[in-house]
Amino acid sequence: MTDDATTVSATTVSYVRRAMAEPEPPPRAARGFYGFARAHLFDGPFNIVLTLSSAALAVAIAVPLIRFLILDAVWDGASRVDCLAETVGRPVGACWPFIAAKFTQLIYGFYPWDQHWRVDLTFALGLVLLVPLLIPRAPFKLANAILFFGVFPVVAFVLLVGGRFGLAHVETRSWGGLLVTLVVAGTGIVVSLPLGILLALGRRSGLPIVRALCVLFIEFWRGVPLITILFFATYMLPLFLPGTWTLDALLRVLIGTALFASAYMAEVVRAGLQAIPRGQIEAAAALGLGYWRITGLIVLPQALRLVIPGIVNTFIGLFKDTTLVLIVAIFDFLGQIRAAFADPNWATPTTLFTGFAFAGLVYFAFCFGMSRYSLFVERRLAQRR
Amino acid sequence: MSGDDIRTTDGAPAIEIVGLHKWYGRFHVLRGIDLTVKRGERIVICGPSGSGKSTLIRCINRIEPHQRGRIVVDGIPLTDDLKAIDEVRRDVGMVFQQFNLFPHLTVLENCTLAPVWVRKLPRKEAEATARHYLARVRIAEQADKYPEQLSSGQQQRVAIARALCMHPKIMLFDEPTSALDPEMVKEVLDTMVQLAMDGMTMLCVTHEMGFARQVADRVVFMDEGQIVEANTPQEFFEHPQHERTKLFLSQILR
Repeated sequence: MTDDATTVSATTVSYVRRAMAEPEPPPRAARGFYGFARAHLFDGPFNIVLTLSSAALAVAIAVPLIRFLILDAVWDGASRVDCLAETVGRPVGACWPFIAAKFTQLIYGFYPWDQHWRVDLTFALGLVLLVPLLIPRAPFKLANAILFFGVFPVVAFVLLVGGRFGLAHVETRSWGGLLVTLVVAGTGIVVSLPLGILLALGRRSGLPIVRALCVLFIEFWRGVPLITILFFATYMLPLFLPGTWTLDALLRVLIGTALFASAYMAEVVRAGLQAIPRGQIEAAAALGLGYWRITGLIVLPQALRLVIPGIVNTFIGLFKDTTLVLIVAIFDFLGQIRAAFADPNWATPTTLFTGFAFAGLVYFAFCFGMSRYSLFVERRLAQRR
Repeated sequence: MSGDDIRTTDGAPAIEIVGLHKWYGRFHVLRGIDLTVKRGERIVICGPSGSGKSTLIRCINRIEPHQRGRIVVDGIPLTDDLKAIDEVRRDVGMVFQQFNLFPHLTVLENCTLAPVWVRKLPRKEAEATARHYLARVRIAEQADKYPEQLSSGQQQRVAIARALCMHPKIMLFDEPTSALDPEMVKEVLDTMVQLAMDGMTMLCVTHEMGFARQVADRVVFMDEGQIVEANTPQEFFEHPQHERTKLFLSQILR
């Protein structure tokens, strides 16, 4: 307080400031670990109880988990005998040799051994094209996007299915493991975003027939469980198709999951579209821009930015939903793990837990990766404006 | 804009509105508007809120469709014909109360968007035009910022520059100073006065009576969806005829 300020009182009517106050730094708060703990962790009896019980819970979860996964785990071995408590002479946690023994099966399913290089090459190509696409500073974004979204799917199809260019034909029935998981999830993700955008635009269209069709489509696919769709696509669709007309079983599942995901995506995108003020559209229209330009240049760039968390949420949901293909006898990553349980050679008390723990880690790695990347994109876009 | 005076002397009107009616649902918002605007004419439209003044100028570039009557802008009749609408919108600039700048684009990109996509100008040329008009509204140094980094007055001046980049023949202003911080009103009005001096055909919905006195050729007073009185600013302010006009002026001039 300067003495200047004290001159304003209830009894004085007239006041003129003589000097403007300079800004001062904020008061020094308690710093360091001790200050932080006082302010945020042990601030009153309720917070103390909360802090201590959370810490106890964290310990109660972490200790057995670390013991099972690392400390008590068996790391080397050739068969179930090496993972038995009697052999090792102590309580046994995860039986990692089981995963090592089944690893190729988890990745490739029953894809022919001598053709595994084709899967590897597809994975490598996808990775080489995807990584620079995700790094904002990498150059040639347009060419990169065309290669990844346009060329790569065709190349991957030819490589994996074969029957052309001297490549032996590999039936999709023998595909499995991570290969199937990535093919189903990848197709779903790449198809659902553009299709979802179109459906969302259609649902908000002024043309009544377009709108009605989009509403019908979205509500149908959203209203039916994915399992039902997969079941229908696999077992009932062939009954309706004319005799010689067959669709590959995996392809039917791909179409089913992609359309299913598109319906969800459409609703996420619609939420973003609704958040754009009318004034934006009016201003763009007043400048002479037509519907598609307004949509593509003004509305979508803003709307999609708003719903990045929702979009990634749908992607993550889709990635995990791919495990449902097991019920139509397609053995994805999780399916292969479950199939591996049946091997008497590896039947131990902890095999089941080991398998599911590994599956959990792998799915978590993919989903957490998507989640972190979306956060990164959100922050980057927030900085730019 | 010292060199490019666009006021022409031929008698054809810039805007011709005959028997215009519009409804929002059952609400009869415009009830028979007749108004002819000459080229280079500056018109200020005022009136109480809900009188239909914003709706009227929004009909002129068909941001709002009308149901009955005729609007001819620069010789082009406005109907459902999309090509005619596009043609009119290319030649009619609009400035909104809420600025409506595109928040995901820089100031410069806001100004080049329509010239590049609608007029098909090469980007370089569009940027040169944009920088010219940004300099005219005295905001050239902000070209690479995003709208939200600017003050309200600066944003509205960018909005004016954005409209000018299309080289419009007519400018519509929909309460351009109503959402501004008090200290920013003058800088926007100055920009508009300058534009008026250059001979732009202007329709301006505003309650800035100082601006009306300074630049308007005609003041149009509206109430209940119709034109109640129209006159030169001198006559309008000194000798209002209609009771409603007198009441309105007594309220706002105090």
